[in-house]
Amino acid sequence: MIWLTWRQFRGSALMTAAALLTLTAVLALTGPGLAAQYATGIAGCTSGDACTRFFDQFFGENQLAFVAVSFAVLALPALTGLFWGAPLISRELEAGTHLLVWNQSITRGRWLAVKLALTGLTAVAAACVCGLAATWWSQPLDRSAVPELAQMAPLVFGARGTVSMGYAAFAFVLGVTVGMLVRRTLPAMALTLAVFAAVQLAMPLLVRPHLMPPVTATFELGHANVGGFTIQDHGGGDVQIATKAAVPGDAGAWVLTSELTDPSGRVIAGMGEEAPVPVSGTSGPCAPQGGPPNLDACWVEINQLGYRQQATYHPLERFWPFQWIETGIYALLTAALTGFCFWWIRRRLS
Amino acid sequence: MTPVLQTQDLGKRYGKRWALRDCALDIPAGHVVGLVGPNGAGKTTLLKLATGQLEPTAGTISVLGGSPAATPAQLAKVGFVAQDTPVYAGLTVADHLKLGARLNPRWDAAMARERLTRLGLAPNHRAGRLSGGERAQLALTLGLAKRPDLLILDEPVASLDPLARREFLQALMEATVAHEFSVVLSSHLVSDLERVCDYLIVLTDSRVRVAGEVDRLLATHHRLTGPRRDPARLPADQHVISASHTDRQSTYVIRTDAPIHDPAWLVTQLNLEDLVLAYMDRRPNGDRRLDLEVQR
Repeated sequence: MIWLTWRQFRGSALMTAAALLTLTAVLALTGPGLAAQYATGIAGCTSGDACTRFFDQFFGENQLAFVAVSFAVLALPALTGLFWGAPLISRELEAGTHLLVWNQSITRGRWLAVKLALTGLTAVAAACVCGLAATWWSQPLDRSAVPELAQMAPLVFGARGTVSMGYAAFAFVLGVTVGMLVRRTLPAMALTLAVFAAVQLAMPLLVRPHLMPPVTATFELGHANVGGFTIQDHGGGDVQIATKAAVPGDAGAWVLTSELTDPSGRVIAGMGEEAPVPVSGTSGPCAPQGGPPNLDACWVEINQLGYRQQATYHPLERFWPFQWIETGIYALLTAALTGFCFWWIRRRLS
Repeated sequence: MTPVLQTQDLGKRYGKRWALRDCALDIPAGHVVGLVGPNGAGKTTLLKLATGQLEPTAGTISVLGGSPAATPAQLAKVGFVAQDTPVYAGLTVADHLKLGARLNPRWDAAMARERLTRLGLAPNHRAGRLSGGERAQLALTLGLAKRPDLLILDEPVASLDPLARREFLQALMEATVAHEFSVVLSSHLVSDLERVCDYLIVLTDSRVRVAGEVDRLLATHHRLTGPRRDPARLPADQHVISASHTDRQSTYVIRTDAPIHDPAWLVTQLNLEDLVLAYMDRRPNGDRRLDLEVQR
């Protein structure tokens, strides 16, 4: 049975292996250079601002590769579900070959077990290689990424660490299940993609924020958490500020909400929304001065008035706990679907 | 000796429709059993129940004394060539033999190779490129080389041309003689079965109409032609299978074990096709539409 499974699977397996090999080779060749560039830059910058400038420049230069690698890791599980999972059984049902193979001296339960194990483990292994290689390669970039693309950010989180193995296993078994139920390859592929995409959206939006209770804290305002600072009427009017999805002292945290509160503690603006603060935009520390902008004194004044950022967030050190929990959730989903597959093939499929 | 196929009140329902119901069969070993009936009568359902592809909705079925497809040992004893003789289009002929060898404990590799050589099927040929007849022969080879005690074939020759049909059935008969196994094969054509079967099951409208050894069926069924007569006036041991009347004449097909003495009747022997048609014709609602495709 192992031979037959491999014989049917070897074409796409070898193709995937070649693609993965190319990807890891490219990552292995460029990774050390990237790390060295990062190390040099860090050693070279003296002040905080200089380091920030280096981060921005370094990340900006490599952003395209960063996004491409992350996308590849995110796409791999969907592809295994689509091209390995969905056709695994439905192609046999479509061609009628299940009647041939189920009448050899092997029970269909065993037939399914071997097919699921061999193909599924290959999918997980591919995702493991891809995910860990990407995690290793993008380490320096993750350290210098803008908050929206930090390690905990929804899109990047899924492209790092162990979760891609969970995604791949789930997508694969989802494809198998859908293929078994739909019995036709192309509709099964389409449906698999739709369902998997829905799950992948629901996870970061609805589930992941609640994996652990988020931290709620109030922060003084500063350059780390204020994203917008505008003075109306060409420097003559109100000063408007807006908080951004970051908290001071915890770079890389996944900020769920960030609100601006006034001295009484009332929320006056949500994340990214501007709200006026009663400081002068024409004179004093917040007024525009010649030379490079330095707002440190301005922050002191605004904070003295009692304006604060109120944020709920998951700190960066929760990255690995979240990875394990989410991998576990997908493993459970995979196990449940696998159990269903065995039940269905014994009881309902003919 | 264990019967090859034994069923009691066997039924299979899809939704509200019974594909097969009240099926009671007891087929002894050593026969070539023909299962005949119009399309949609339930032939495939019965064969799929016998191979364990389907679970019965009602009743019991046992094949060679065991529950269908329950264990690898049971699977090894029963060969199945499915309708349209599916093979893996992407695999070569040699791959199929390897598949058979790896998945079957009783695999007869020498026989399989020898058969394919005789048929002229090149081992490196892709199965997807074979003609319908060659594909059927490959599927039959897989079924035969498994060395089953019972080989089940579902409409194996339906898609073949007359020559390939004859070759296929001939190959099957030669193999039954050489290896002594039982065969159940279905067809909607009586002519296919006439040449090869010594046991017959007629299935129409999801029910078994008659089952028995061909010789015995032919010996106990007669066509009576004579002056018009009411069926109630026939002797009690003569069971009417079908009847047709004109103004002055009646024609009955009857089943009886006793000799027919009435001098008013012209008694003629039936051939297998007449017999099958008589059972097909017997519709409870009087619908005499002939839905058996007859081909000679």
